[in-house]
Amino acid sequence: VSDQKPLGCWSVKHGQIITCPVVCNFETHEYIAVHDDKVLRIWKNKDINLDKVFKATLSADVYRIHSLPNGGPVVLFKGGGVRTLDVLLEAPQQEIENIVSDEVIKWSQAFMEGQQPVLIFATEKDGDFFVYVQKVKMNSLHKYKLEQQESKPMNFTAYIKNQFITLLCLYSNDAVYKALIPLQQNAEEEEQILSKSLLLNLSVSGSVLKGTSFVVLDKDHIAVLGNLATSGEESKECLTIWNTKFQTLQTSKELPLGTSGQLWCYEEKFFFTHGKVLTVIIYKCETSSLAAAVGKLKDSRAPDVSTFVNWDTLGEAELAASFQSQQSVPLKSEPKMTLRSRRNAVTKVQQDTLSVGQLLLNLKDASTTVFEDELRQLMSKAQMPDIQATIGCVMTAITDRCKANPKYYPQSFLVQIVQTRDLSYSLCPDLMVVALEKKDVHLLQICLQRFPDIPEEITYACLELFLSLSEAYLQSTDVNLESVICYIDVEFNNKEVKSEIVENGFNAELEKDSCETKITKETHLTAAGELCPVGPQKAALLNAVLQSAYSETFLLPHLKNLPAQQAVLFLRYLHYLHVKCSEKINTTLPGIRAPTVNQIMDWMCLLIDAHFTVMVMLPEAKGLLSNLHRFVRAQVRFYSELNKIEGSLRELQRLNHQKDIQTYSIEVLELI
Amino acid sequence: MGEFEVHRVRFFALVPAGVRCLACLPRAARLALARTDGAVEVYNFSANYFQEKVIPGHEARSVEALCWAAGERLFGAGLSGEIIEYDLAGLRVSRCVDGGGGPIWSMAANSSGTQLAIGCEDGSVKLFQVVPGGIQFERNLDRRKGRILCLSWHPSDTHIAAGSIDVLRVLDVCSGQTVKRIMVNYHVQKVKRECIVWSIAFLSNGTVVTSDSFGRVQFWDWEQGTLQESHTVSTSAALSLAVSEKEDSIIVGTSSGATYQFQLLPVKMGSLEKRWVRTKPFQHHTHDVRAVAHSSTALISGGLDAQLVIRPLMEKMQKKGYDAVLRKFTFPHRRLVSCARKARLLLFQFSQHLELWRLGSTEETGKDGQVLPLCRMPEHLLQLKSKGPEHIYCSCVSPCGSWVAYSTASRFHLYQVQYEGNSISVKKVPKVPKLLLPAYQLQFSTNSDSLFVASARGSVHVLQLLEPGGCKHLHTFRPPSGSPEAVYLLASSADGHWLAAVGGDWTIHIYNLKCFKHHCTVPMYSCAVTALAIHPVTNNLVIAYSDQQLFEFSIPEKQYTAWSRMVQNCGLHKVWLERDSPITHITFNPKKPSHILLHDVYMFCVIDKSLPLPDNSALLMNQSTLKQLPETARHRQLHAFKICKKFQPLLFADLLDENCLVMVERPVLDFKTQLPLPIQQKKFGT
Repeated sequence: VSDQKPLGCWSVKHGQIITCPVVCNFETHEYIAVHDDKVLRIWKNKDINLDKVFKATLSADVYRIHSLPNGGPVVLFKGGGVRTLDVLLEAPQQEIENIVSDEVIKWSQAFMEGQQPVLIFATEKDGDFFVYVQKVKMNSLHKYKLEQQESKPMNFTAYIKNQFITLLCLYSNDAVYKALIPLQQNAEEEEQILSKSLLLNLSVSGSVLKGTSFVVLDKDHIAVLGNLATSGEESKECLTIWNTKFQTLQTSKELPLGTSGQLWCYEEKFFFTHGKVLTVIIYKCETSSLAAAVGKLKDSRAPDVSTFVNWDTLGEAELAASFQSQQSVPLKSEPKMTLRSRRNAVTKVQQDTLSVGQLLLNLKDASTTVFEDELRQLMSKAQMPDIQATIGCVMTAITDRCKANPKYYPQSFLVQIVQTRDLSYSLCPDLMVVALEKKDVHLLQICLQRFPDIPEEITYACLELFLSLSEAYLQSTDVNLESVICYIDVEFNNKEVKSEIVENGFNAELEKDSCETKITKETHLTAAGELCPVGPQKAALLNAVLQSAYSETFLLPHLKNLPAQQAVLFLRYLHYLHVKCSEKINTTLPGIRAPTVNQIMDWMCLLIDAHFTVMVMLPEAKGLLSNLHRFVRAQVRFYSELNKIEGSLRELQRLNHQKDIQTYSIEVLELI
Repeated sequence: MGEFEVHRVRFFALVPAGVRCLACLPRAARLALARTDGAVEVYNFSANYFQEKVIPGHEARSVEALCWAAGERLFGAGLSGEIIEYDLAGLRVSRCVDGGGGPIWSMAANSSGTQLAIGCEDGSVKLFQVVPGGIQFERNLDRRKGRILCLSWHPSDTHIAAGSIDVLRVLDVCSGQTVKRIMVNYHVQKVKRECIVWSIAFLSNGTVVTSDSFGRVQFWDWEQGTLQESHTVSTSAALSLAVSEKEDSIIVGTSSGATYQFQLLPVKMGSLEKRWVRTKPFQHHTHDVRAVAHSSTALISGGLDAQLVIRPLMEKMQKKGYDAVLRKFTFPHRRLVSCARKARLLLFQFSQHLELWRLGSTEETGKDGQVLPLCRMPEHLLQLKSKGPEHIYCSCVSPCGSWVAYSTASRFHLYQVQYEGNSISVKKVPKVPKLLLPAYQLQFSTNSDSLFVASARGSVHVLQLLEPGGCKHLHTFRPPSGSPEAVYLLASSADGHWLAAVGGDWTIHIYNLKCFKHHCTVPMYSCAVTALAIHPVTNNLVIAYSDQQLFEFSIPEKQYTAWSRMVQNCGLHKVWLERDSPITHITFNPKKPSHILLHDVYMFCVIDKSLPLPDNSALLMNQSTLKQLPETARHRQLHAFKICKKFQPLLFADLLDENCLVMVERPVLDFKTQLPLPIQQKKFGT
């Protein structure tokens, strides 16, 4: 609230203490305060002196007054008695019963249920917590005992829905528990035990929120005000919004000036004190969805993952055999399928009766060859319902086996499955981990190209692995080069050209000259970023990383861990791609699955963001950065010139258009 | 049906004046509009938004505020410092009262319409009592420094909110004192620019709504003097605002041409707390939106680009109909062009002068769509400037081209034009008869020997034109039962036998010119007449109404013709009825008696009565389809309505001779370039 000025101010006489929060009666626009526990004061806006306003002295101590929108104020006494204000004012000295004996009221809240006010309050006695629900007009009272636990409830909040009160308790172990209390209960049973369930743990990636107060926002969101304590760091006071459905922290706002630990919420606005001012924050809860919960709602960068199998991506010599057999499946699969099923009739019947899970369980201890055979057969049943789930199980089985037996790694089998089935990361989360361990770059490349949902952590792990592997190692691997083949100018090509020239009979002097020029030229070129800083295999692998989906917020922290040398290499490669892109007027790289200019730019920005300080310090990055800057600046100038031309052309077109219209003409019009 | 040689005229340099203020008549379907040239117009919503009345402007009489009071009396006030009452039956100013506080910037009537408050240059707010036959000064309210730019009465009539520069004030009507003074700039520190409160509205719950030059719409609690809500709608000024009668919706106009709707909506489904939310933005204007109004079913805005936009609120609509369509009016619903058929001249009427042009010619012929080479260019023959501050009401050129007449509020002028080779001489006819002025419509007879002058109280004067350069008052027709309303449309028959006249009460009287007698009255129809003409051969009167109905009335037989009855029985095509601009001119082809030629702003149409009417399943605008069909296949597709939409916006169309048409267009872009530049808005890449 920027314009904070009091609209009214009233004070009690010296020596008197206001003992419960002042409320406003919405129907009469009166204010109600209690001072010295028993003295009730009621006044209106125009009253100035609090001493001269209506006064009523009660017979018992008031705990709190609750004002309800259309039910009038309700007074809760410290002894647990409840009266509506109207009833109370008829006879201020009436006796108030004591329900809670020597329990102490810790918290209370009031609702309207239909036409009647409902009051809920919690009490404590010797570490036991009790909850009372009182319907004021029906005079019914229910007492519940809160299920005991080591930690203690610190704060409560409740809301009413479908004849149930949902009570949320914030416990000292930094968790929020939920308990349901039915409103319609006829039997006046003595003290039921209230069972509760864990709703939310207030911890996120190592830091724990010590909540002090909290409110419910909608069915999936709660807001908690508290201290966010990261181990080893000073705790910060934060206002946080949590999604209870997906157990995620939706957003948080730091409050460095400190608060009173209290938080109120009315009509989609938070109210709390921050430092010395009252702060109001408007919030908006969108419908809870998984995408929103994991922060991927706006990410549209996911590449088009083909929903059908792309047979062209195969074709490596090593896989030729399997390639052919697979290719035959969609073309002339019918006879073969029937053949196979006939041959395996017995097993099939057996398998049908067995569930996939059971089968996999049976296979757990089978030998490697039997295991693979069985899995192949299982997979061949293409018409099987929930084939995806089955494949997921199969993959899990294989990866489990890989983990258990470090020597076991059926690379070609895995590649085959990944290439022919529409898998996703979440179906087989361990697959990429295993592949990373085994440094199976081929499999990783395919996974990166095909999985739409790789977590940023894994994407980063792949990137780091790719950058750290030596070119020599990569040359021996089988990497799909289709994304780089069309634009990369590999160094050895140049060398070949040179040797050819020599063979064609140039003299030594010339050769020497050319050698020198070559050296200078090459260094120059490298400086300008025109020669590819990485080998084709590495380039292809990096391209796969560039094209995978990610969200910046989650990737950035990981990217910061990238060693400086690798970061520079990666940036050099990105710069190279950028230059290559810009060579073409349509700024696209030739070839299949080549990264787009936007992907390259995004990664470049991310990388520079993540390693800004390092880049500034590193001497070898200096030249690269200044090159990059010069290139980008030139491009910006170029595009702004284009922009100007476009503006002028448009203006011209407008003028031309206007010229067409003459002020007078004689035309022929035919009406039929 | 045939080919026409169309003279496509775009040199009528009309620049319609911008809309300055709007006033909705409470609980009635009328809208008063004032333009920057001082003209006042009244639109009738129940007559399909027809521009029913026009009171032309006056050089010295700008109108800054309009309001309805005491029933249906219309008052205006402006920088001349006078409060003006308009005579809506006689279409003129009925009386002026000096406000006594210098230029008047704002005026508002209280809810009962018994008092007018004006805000003056000297910072005073003055109250006037509306009494029968005029207004009376009542008293001054508290005067402070700073001109009062806007005013609003509290619905209970106890307080007035007044907006000025940097400040808004709330005045108590009983005591006359300023009871609250709120600095609107309090929240913007370090801003040295002054903040002009352009518009203000006082809601019944005590909220004062302002729109200001910072582009803000602000809601104030006047009793506390606190700002409740502030919405910045524009980077330029928010010039105007209007509140619906239920106080649940507000329309705001800005100087960038955008209008915004605010609605009072519950913050949650079913919640009692309501908040003003900016709901709908509209960009119908290119220039400042100086005036907005909020009727019960529509948002109305008027801009300096001369457009009046009526944007219906679909949630208030029960069914699809006239009311449910967005309407934009840029041009008047009446003719500003007259044509001398025989002499091939066009007379253009501007607010303070007339232009006479001779059309060009060609000797070639061609095919449909072809532009023919000109052998003679059009020629600007004459410019007649009207003397004095009054604007021109109406004008006409005779069919032979040798007479030009026009009228202002107080004077009637007749000129004789003589053409001798390439030179032209204009002679003013001296001693024109003293007539009841102003004249609202002038019409020469087909043989150019008499002039009909439409006048107040339903009267039509007949003047005889005499050679050389004289005229004589022959007769004055009056409706037999009398009428307070002025005649606004005339039509005479080619044989000089009949004259039809329509007044503001929409009754059509037919007079016999041979024996100077009232002949008959066309049966009353409940809508405004937008155009009428008498057929040269059959003497049938063709009438176009603002609800797009067409009637044909036989004058000799005093009854509707068989074709007219057939049209009423079959009904006109749905698309025809859904058009939103009225027919402004009807004419005929003497060689083809079955044809009726008519036009509105967006189309030209020839109705061939010999062909069947199109039913709703047929395509109404079928010309392009027909052109693609082979000749043999066409006749099955033919229907009576031959519509051409090539010429837009069409201000005038007439038949010169059998195969020759003239179309006067005024492309919107042409006059937009003559308007003052709108606020520059950065467009990407320029």
